[in-house]
Amino acid sequence: MIRIANGQGFWGDSLEAPVEQVRGGPIDYLTLDYLAEVTMSILQKQRSRDPKAGYARDFVDMIARVLPDLDARRTRVIANAGGVNPAACRDAVLEIAKRLGLGVKVATVAGDDIMDKLDEFIARGVELKNMETGEPLSTIRGRVQSANVYFGAFPVAEALGRGAQIVITGRVTDTGLALAPMIHEFGWKRDDWDKLSAGTIAGHTVECGAQCTGGNCQIDWETIRYADIGYPIIEAEPDGTFSITKHPGTGGRVTVASVKEQLLYEMGDPREYITPDCVADFTSIHLEQAGPDRVRFSGIRGRPATEFYKVSISYGSGFKAIGSLAYGWPDAYKKARAVEQILRERLDRLGLRFDAIRAEFLGANALHGIAAAEPSPECAPELAEVVLRFGVRSNDRAAVERFTKEIAPLALNGPPVVTGLGSGRPRVEEIVAYWPALIPKREVCPEVRLWPEEN
Amino acid sequence: MARRKLIELAHARSGDKGDTANVGIIARRPEDYPILVREVTAARVKEHFKGVCLGKVERFELPNLGALNFLLHESLDGGGTVALKADPQGKTYSSALLRMEIDDAAG
Repeated sequence: MIRIANGQGFWGDSLEAPVEQVRGGPIDYLTLDYLAEVTMSILQKQRSRDPKAGYARDFVDMIARVLPDLDARRTRVIANAGGVNPAACRDAVLEIAKRLGLGVKVATVAGDDIMDKLDEFIARGVELKNMETGEPLSTIRGRVQSANVYFGAFPVAEALGRGAQIVITGRVTDTGLALAPMIHEFGWKRDDWDKLSAGTIAGHTVECGAQCTGGNCQIDWETIRYADIGYPIIEAEPDGTFSITKHPGTGGRVTVASVKEQLLYEMGDPREYITPDCVADFTSIHLEQAGPDRVRFSGIRGRPATEFYKVSISYGSGFKAIGSLAYGWPDAYKKARAVEQILRERLDRLGLRFDAIRAEFLGANALHGIAAAEPSPECAPELAEVVLRFGVRSNDRAAVERFTKEIAPLALNGPPVVTGLGSGRPRVEEIVAYWPALIPKREVCPEVRLWPEEN
Repeated sequence: MARRKLIELAHARSGDKGDTANVGIIARRPEDYPILVREVTAARVKEHFKGVCLGKVERFELPNLGALNFLLHESLDGGGTVALKADPQGKTYSSALLRMEIDDAAG
């Protein structure tokens, strides 16, 4: 049995969780997920300004805190912290190891960044069509900001096989980070579809950190201790069965209910959970509460992987800005609704045109937005406050910029009992949109490198 | 016939993929799963999210988990980074669906 812990569900997650996973009890592997689609475009911009940037700095800071513990406990780390510059991330980690006087083998998994090869692909007839709309990439080619292939677990397993204690990857699937140590330790083959699917489902369960150990769980939330919530640990067996648990004494909760909720998170067709490694079938999972804070998974089936990798492409797609105004009792909702109309009329008078204008009413129905969430006629006038959230979107930056100057005047020249929120005018944001595509696996090849270099 | 809010029979979690939101609902008691299958149809979910879900609704069954998964296409104002919404990833659609009123008579 091996223990694989997750210490980071996204870039921005708890800085303490990975440290506590390392120090709070025995684990063999620590996996960390830092990359979302939008993250890649931010990292590309950072690298274009500084060739030594473009990776998750948080990861390096974390390694600086725990490297002596990792070294003493022989715990290995797998993180997609490399972003668009795994080599620079590796150098930063090696620098820390040197400073601490520790010898450490660090591997990088790269080759996922296809930004510089896009024209070559298009010229060769690899269209990188949008999976949702069917449009060819050429329609947005000039606006592309990042393009990365999602690699799976096998290149990471290769890095482990070559002795890496820390594996830093670019765009590797979140599930692959957890599956890789199982492939490495148990010698699973590329066509062990059931086992690969089991490891993939284990990875899906822990990829959002504490979201499977009580975070966001709707069952008895008042009785869950969140302040010191434990992050998940997979206890994996060679036959493909596994348990999800957490370190003893930590907060949070691992129950069939908490785990089921995470299984359904971001789910599409449950029979076809497609990764580079396999196609996992979520309808085959058998769950069982095997003890306190311990859920056992068995029975998982899967099918052969497809011939494609998924590609995540980000591109500039216009501009947006969102402003807010808070209205107080009485008739807060009615006033906020009136101000929506006033703003629309003022924008119209200015001759500004937008691709989208949206008004939402926080405190009334903004989140659910459905008819069933409308405040009743008796309740609406009595709401203590309602926040109008008003946004616009356009390809014309100047129009969005002009809109940002129309919120503040309403503090003086509109309906009563109003206060502004935050300071100054809303900020114009560039929209980075996401273009999902597929690429035949033969077109790209993962590059695994170990440092210090092998003889 | 008794009418109850779905939240009494189920819990849920939602997420996003582009402009599509997913909402998974899970029977609190396994024996109530057939009621969810019977009552919470794709057509009813589409009606419930009227004005929010502009595309089709697909439903998938996971009897092993006592769960249903719904895909609500064109529901996130373009999705993730594009949307002007306060909840651009549909994270709160889970409990939005649990507001639905259903007939909970067994069988």
